[in-house]
Amino acid sequence: MFNRMRNKYTFSKGVDEYFSGIHKAYLFTALFFKEAFRRPFHLREVINQCFEVGLKSLALISLTGFIVGIVFTKQSRPSLEDFGATSWLPSLIGIAIIKALGPLVTALICAGKVGSSIGAELGSMRVTEQIDAMEVSAINPFKYLVVTRVIATTLTIPVLALYCSFVALYGSYLNVHAEETSSMISFYQSAFKTISFLDIATSVVKTIVYGFTIGIVGCYKGYHATQGTRGVGKAANQAVVLAMFLIFIEEVIIVQIANWIR
Amino acid sequence: MKKLMQHSINKEDSVISISGLFKSFGDLEVLKGINFTLYKGENVAVLGKSGTGKSVLIKIIIGLLKPDRGEVIVLGQHVDQLESKELNALRIRIGFSFQNSALYDSMNVYQNLAFPLTMNRKHLKKKEVDDAVEEVLEAVGLTDKLKQMPSDLSGGQRKRIGIARTLILKPEIMLYDEPTSGLDPITSAEIIELINEVQQKYNTSSVIITHDLTCAKNSANRIAMLLEGKFLKVGTFDEVFDTNDEQVKAFFDYNFIQ
Repeated sequence: MFNRMRNKYTFSKGVDEYFSGIHKAYLFTALFFKEAFRRPFHLREVINQCFEVGLKSLALISLTGFIVGIVFTKQSRPSLEDFGATSWLPSLIGIAIIKALGPLVTALICAGKVGSSIGAELGSMRVTEQIDAMEVSAINPFKYLVVTRVIATTLTIPVLALYCSFVALYGSYLNVHAEETSSMISFYQSAFKTISFLDIATSVVKTIVYGFTIGIVGCYKGYHATQGTRGVGKAANQAVVLAMFLIFIEEVIIVQIANWIR
Repeated sequence: MKKLMQHSINKEDSVISISGLFKSFGDLEVLKGINFTLYKGENVAVLGKSGTGKSVLIKIIIGLLKPDRGEVIVLGQHVDQLESKELNALRIRIGFSFQNSALYDSMNVYQNLAFPLTMNRKHLKKKEVDDAVEEVLEAVGLTDKLKQMPSDLSGGQRKRIGIARTLILKPEIMLYDEPTSGLDPITSAEIIELINEVQQKYNTSSVIITHDLTCAKNSANRIAMLLEGKFLKVGTFDEVFDTNDEQVKAFFDYNFIQ
């Protein structure tokens, strides 16, 4: 029995599957970069997917951003009041939202909404042989389904994150205005006073990375779905969990790199 | 039902030639040395129990799966040795009808049919695409379903649209994976008739994977009986079933309830 196991697996089933999974994901990502720069580009499908990702997430992003802005301002005020530093509130909110909350909240919402939708859609196409049908019709399914979706998430999520940050700042302004009747211009000026170009560039880079992660993870999980409808559910679920996990790791790494550059 | 076309089979001209084909998945050996030839203009039905590797065989023919060993020559080309561009060029010449039709469920019937055409022949004008869609819909008798979504179609209609989608690229070879499975006898008979019409109208050569003997008898010129990873018998329907082999007889008895 032991010999048979030794012949079948290099380490054990779990360890082998883990490493071969990493290798498969690496090959999948490498194939994306290979195919993304080769014709045909399927621009219409990219625009269609940008619409799917962007416009259809707009309402949720708006609501969440607005609530985050209000709640964060409300909860920060008492702490600053203790030090008599409520005038710093717009700067604090600006730093928190532009540098961290805006990109992160957008990424997490999109990981849930967009990532799961991509995972489930591609997963269901895989188990119902629609991907095979494309292949036998001489259409490259990877290029048509994966490359277009990953490009769409990579382009759209930074825009959504920027929009989310502005909505959150607006929510925050409304709360500040209700307490102190300050003008919107002075609020935004204070909020951006401590924000440097590097901060905005870091946020943009972060959201590009998040967008790519959400797209590639959703596509990878969906594209390799197995076991029928159960596999579709599993692909959607894993797309969300893995994307969120990677987003947090990327957040830490990118912040560290930005701090070194600073 | 339209009669099978016998006269135009050219025994000199093989379109699929398979020799010594082996395929396994892990420890499970599915195909154990398949030898098979499909001649131009003929329909061959591959019969066998579920799980005997019938679908694996046609997936190897179209290059969706790679063989472990053996030679698979389709329209003069070694399928397993082709680069992706060459393989795609070959696939345009082969139609594959899936067991569950595999229609794109986010597209309506028109988009399903136009998609392979617009993706492979980008120079075509809208009018030419519309005409091609209309022609294949007419061929499968569903001209009124143009704007319907796949979810609104019955099982038989989905099969027909699936066949129409393959016909739009004017294939030379048709591969049918269980064309009558899950259909009532009347709809099955309509699909069998459609297979024969396709053979006559488009002059295709076909491999029909089935376990439905009625389908095999009425749509195929020859039958290949796949048992335990090998073709046990290949010949006309009567030649294959005129036997004392228990396994073949069991298959016949079950299908015709004797």
